[in-house]
Amino acid sequence: MEGFLEFFMANKGTIFMVILSIFLGIEVISHVPAILHTPLMSGANAIHGVVIIGAIIVMGHAETTGAMILGFLAVVLGTLNVVGGFVVTDRMLEMFKKKK
Amino acid sequence: MNDVSQFSAGISVLEITYILASVLFIMGLKMLSHPLTARRGNILAAIGMIMAILATILFHRKDGMQIGNIGWIILAIVIGTAIGWVIAKRVKMTAMPQLVSFFNGMGGAAAALISIMEFPHVSQELIARTGMANGHVLAILLGLVIGTVSWAGSMIAFGKLDGWIGDLRVRAMKYVNLTIMAVIIGFVVYIMTRDVQASAELMPLVIILFVIAVAYGVLFVMPIGGADMPVVISLLNSFTGVAAAMGGFLYNNQAMLTGGILVGSAGTILTILMCRAMNRSLLNVIIGVFGGGGQAAESAGGAIKEITVSDAAVLLSYSKKVVVVPGYGLAVAQAQHICHELDKLLDEKGVEVKYAIHPVAGRMPGHMNVLMAEADVPYEQLVESDEINPDLPNTDVIVVIGANDVVNPAAEDDPSSPIYGMPIVKARDARNIIVMKRGMGKGYAAIENMLFFNDKTRMLFGDAKSTLQALVNEVKAL
Repeated sequence: MEGFLEFFMANKGTIFMVILSIFLGIEVISHVPAILHTPLMSGANAIHGVVIIGAIIVMGHAETTGAMILGFLAVVLGTLNVVGGFVVTDRMLEMFKKKK
Repeated sequence: MNDVSQFSAGISVLEITYILASVLFIMGLKMLSHPLTARRGNILAAIGMIMAILATILFHRKDGMQIGNIGWIILAIVIGTAIGWVIAKRVKMTAMPQLVSFFNGMGGAAAALISIMEFPHVSQELIARTGMANGHVLAILLGLVIGTVSWAGSMIAFGKLDGWIGDLRVRAMKYVNLTIMAVIIGFVVYIMTRDVQASAELMPLVIILFVIAVAYGVLFVMPIGGADMPVVISLLNSFTGVAAAMGGFLYNNQAMLTGGILVGSAGTILTILMCRAMNRSLLNVIIGVFGGGGQAAESAGGAIKEITVSDAAVLLSYSKKVVVVPGYGLAVAQAQHICHELDKLLDEKGVEVKYAIHPVAGRMPGHMNVLMAEADVPYEQLVESDEINPDLPNTDVIVVIGANDVVNPAAEDDPSSPIYGMPIVKARDARNIIVMKRGMGKGYAAIENMLFFNDKTRMLFGDAKSTLQALVNEVKAL
């Protein structure tokens, strides 16, 4: 139990921020028209590619060969998520743009 | 341990960049939810991401150590960018849903890998003080479980949408899944209550946990019906967001936290909105309650009446108002361009042509709008089903092309039907109905459609693209 309380105290600012972010996320997209569901899902998909930062950190401090391989894989996969996500979303939205 | 002692110019630049990146994510998401600003929103979020990545590589410090292996990291990024870019650019628009699912799975896998690599390195000092039961370990294990479920589930969803994995509809499935869920929770508790000096000793248990999570991800998505797949992808999307946020806790990294949590909560809301558009409850989607009804329709099948291409051409040319209901069948046949050609021809003849776009036509909500926009169909011609329904009794001909479930009257008539209650395009209200289909196959929800047996309905069998081409030729010749 003590471990959790300590974690809570050390991260109380962060936890506060997380709770606000949850409400923000709900607020930001709650009025989205159905036609944008697909691009929005795809855009959100790209944003959680932010996990690549964790992959870079873990790779940046990898020492053993095994860790290097896994870290390398994590960075590749994270990049796929980011690049693929944003490019696909842009491709979808590009089509909306043409209509005037 | 406190923030001030770690202060250096680089670290503060890093933190400021993270704040900027978070702001860009939020603005990007906000702009993505409005048609006019959507594209800029996406680019804004992408800029935020690039900033966060560059700043991490340049300025991140862990216990004073800067990021090493930079050559390898850049190589990995280059490889990922090249593959991601090519796939994203090459894939057909019809395959968009499975592509989103695929990229989502990649993010989940990255989150799971991070957890697997960080687990053996939990500080021994922390374990000595609090045992394994601390927030740090919990964040790692949750990141592992959620990331893995998201990865495995997304891959199954990808396979299903691509058509090489079928549904597995067994009633017992939900009990199996609930059991596995309980096992996972039990395992996490078990790991966190072990009495060890170093977390590395528990690595075999973590690998077992990983395997169970893979099984859960697979079995969770397997029984879910094809028509519900978009909801599942959206749900898994928010899972990956949460998994990324766990990494944020782990590294006390604000960009990962805001990005992850934002997607987690926005994704959950989006999932609920999608369920609402289909009149399904999220719980039913997850437990996989679909089908079982529709017997009334099957026994009542009457005769179907066909129409020739030339008759259809005449009918269309001498109408005042025509409404086209495009479905996934149209998109698969890559017929959206030729369809637009037909509507331009009819327009020249003074026929008013509109498209009725059902919110869930295609494979994802909004998918059909993307596909029609690809064919340059003007925005004003695309009308949402709710708006066009009151107009349908005054419509001379409604042409249903490769759509099925979204025009199925069972949604209004048959309380035992699995799609009962779903808003539909009320095609049967129109004066004449032409249904273009490849054959008498059922829709994605695999249920009978009484519209095809309606007195006003004429069937035009054949591949959407060649039939439309023939129709265009006939209309030109008139």
